[in-house]
Amino acid sequence: MAPSKNASVSGRRSAAKSATKTTSKSAPKEFTGKNTPDFGKDEDLHAYREMLLIRRFEEKAGQLYGMGFIGGFCHLYIGQEAVVVGMQMAQKDGDQVITAYRDHGHMLATGMEARGVMAELTGRRGGYSKGKGGSMHMFSKEKNFYGGHGIVGAQVSLGTGLAFANKYRGNDAVSVAYFGDGAANQGQVYESFNMAALWKLPIVYIVENNRYAMGTSTARATAQSNYSLRGSGFGIPGIQVDGMDVRAVKAAGDEALEHCRSGKGPIILEMLTYRYRGHSMSDPAKYRSKDEVQKMRSENDPIEKVKNRLIENGWASEDELKTIDKDIRDIVSDSADFAQNDPEPDVSELYTDILL
Amino acid sequence: MPIDILMPALSPTMEEGTLSKWLKNEGDKVTSGDVIAEIETDKATMEVEAVDEGVIGKLLVPAGTENVKVNTKIAVLLAEGESADSIDVAAEAPKPEAPAVPQEEKPTETGSAAAPVPAQPKVETASDPDIPAGTEMVTMTVREALRDAMAEEMRRDEDVFIMGEEVAEYQGAYKITQGLLQEFGPRRVVDTPITEHGFAGVGVGAAMAGLKPIVEFMTFNFAMQAIDQIVNSAAKTLYMSGGQMGAPIVFRGPNGAAARVGAQHSQDYGAWYSHIPGLKVVQPYTAADAKGLLKAAIRDPNPVIFLENEILYGHSFEVPKLDDFVLPIGKARIHKQGKDATVVSWGIGMTYATKAVDELSKEGIDVELIDLRTLRPMDLPTVIESVKKTGRLVTVEEGFPQSSVGTEIATRVMQQAFDYLDAPILTIAGKDVPMPYAANLEKLALPNVGEVVQAVKTVCYK
Repeated sequence: MAPSKNASVSGRRSAAKSATKTTSKSAPKEFTGKNTPDFGKDEDLHAYREMLLIRRFEEKAGQLYGMGFIGGFCHLYIGQEAVVVGMQMAQKDGDQVITAYRDHGHMLATGMEARGVMAELTGRRGGYSKGKGGSMHMFSKEKNFYGGHGIVGAQVSLGTGLAFANKYRGNDAVSVAYFGDGAANQGQVYESFNMAALWKLPIVYIVENNRYAMGTSTARATAQSNYSLRGSGFGIPGIQVDGMDVRAVKAAGDEALEHCRSGKGPIILEMLTYRYRGHSMSDPAKYRSKDEVQKMRSENDPIEKVKNRLIENGWASEDELKTIDKDIRDIVSDSADFAQNDPEPDVSELYTDILL
Repeated sequence: MPIDILMPALSPTMEEGTLSKWLKNEGDKVTSGDVIAEIETDKATMEVEAVDEGVIGKLLVPAGTENVKVNTKIAVLLAEGESADSIDVAAEAPKPEAPAVPQEEKPTETGSAAAPVPAQPKVETASDPDIPAGTEMVTMTVREALRDAMAEEMRRDEDVFIMGEEVAEYQGAYKITQGLLQEFGPRRVVDTPITEHGFAGVGVGAAMAGLKPIVEFMTFNFAMQAIDQIVNSAAKTLYMSGGQMGAPIVFRGPNGAAARVGAQHSQDYGAWYSHIPGLKVVQPYTAADAKGLLKAAIRDPNPVIFLENEILYGHSFEVPKLDDFVLPIGKARIHKQGKDATVVSWGIGMTYATKAVDELSKEGIDVELIDLRTLRPMDLPTVIESVKKTGRLVTVEEGFPQSSVGTEIATRVMQQAFDYLDAPILTIAGKDVPMPYAANLEKLALPNVGEVVQAVKTVCYK
């Protein structure tokens, strides 16, 4: 049989334009990703609010970085908001989330407070890690958020361990492990796929394919750019999802989580998405054209899509949306004020939390 | 000429074994490839195949004989036309040539029936304040002690499980997990694929979720593939999370040189892991310490690196017979009190140190020997107290010399007890070379008793 066209870059991009699409002929038929529900008013309003919070938060973080309040690395999630928000809408309490270092959006989506996240970015004592973790290293046991990891790919094995614990305990929880198209080329990802499939661990592997691993496009980095197929050697089904459409993400998430909860083992969701900003704050993003970014922003923005639906369906007036915007801006500026005024950690914290 | 069949060495560290069963009788014809006997090593029961053709003329060692030394003549094979009468009936002593391990360094089992070997060093119970006086002691190998420690902790805590290569159905590559699968089942005794990086990460993830994994590396040499997860994930998460979540996990397995396994399988990682804040690093010598400290490691809420040694697995020691024998991590044990010089060692380094101390005592030099037991946190106060008394210090380890644990001890003792030192501190370590394969070079690459004896004499100016 000839190689599937879906494996090509052009196939992937065209898939991004449809709502969702299965591309793997080898994947079991039941994973169609076709149950794309239209959101009702409440769901769209919720998604709008959640995505807008992440967008505004990240914009503020970028601003604070420029002002010197945030140091080191700072990886913004702008453009990819629909992925975590859609997944979070599909998850149940008790499901765990773990990701790499582009993690602020994941934290906010799991319900972690903007103040604590922003104060961690500024390295203050009110941050989720008391200022000792920073942008890439935050955790919340309460919200089942397991980080925030700075080593590309490490979170995939760790997330598989969370799923191992779920199975060991016989509970109903599913581990949701996010990684990028860059991390998808790390060896431990496949070591983890193998064990997860072998032991039928309840884990959803989410490849956030934003097309660039730092400055290297997927076309230049991988021989198989259809990441939903990356588990096929282990019999792990995969679905390509339009990660710019929160409804498609939610629908695929529902299907994937049900697959895991019913004891069928791991599943891969490839989220076709895009980051508007550079890899980190110090990345001028010269590896792609401004037109490419602008086209995505103007034609495919996940937040604008929801906003348009809300207005078209008469679910929210311009005034009501402005009220939401103001609420969000208040939360974000409150978090920024807190993060700038909260004291740095006490110097005694240098030597705490090394051992229990 | 009749052909001698010798007791074979069936593993890198095998010194002797039990000839459990003959599958051929005297007078039976054998061809090469026939299974003639079963031999039980400390790791497994192995079949022995005939190499030559002929008729079994004589079985020299009866079935069921224990502690048969490698290279002992166990049977004689006759060629066509030869008679059994020509056989010298007496079983011969082990062949002296080409021993697998230099004779003076040979690890041996206690209770060895046939051999003129030095007695094992025994735990001096009086010197370990953690063992109550008058406690009944039982003799067991380090291997058994480790197994018992894990089994006891798994009975005690449902969250404890073990994962690694060959830990379950194979019963452990070095038989450390023998019987655990039968008692605890496959849910808690988990065979992994050969995938160190991956299963180390899975273990840390499970620990972050609150389970208490014991991750066995078949050897720590293979854990270099997993060291990112050990250092970056296990050791640092507690700090990076501001104390919210850590990794209560034990990484254990044989570490350092075994025997004749070459450079890639012979590295001591004590210094590497002891460098890392957020880890505890234990490197026991005796079976009692192995048991008490492994139980402590499993209960410890922090990631613990537990460095064992393949050669020590078969060593027997006295272990206190207590229902729940747990030792404190981070406390050295004074193995032998003395006044003239302090020797600090740990793990297999103690095999050199104990023999050197015995030799030195014959020459009138009374050494205080400290078994550090834990490399991190390091019990420096015990070392310093001893140096204050003796004024002289020698460290002994098998690892590489640069940035070794010994140089760390020497630096800190120099900084904290300079005025008490009467001589420069000497550090005995492995040589600064990858481990060679050739027996003579391997012997040269490792420390030896003579070096320790000489070092102690040097610091004593004798």
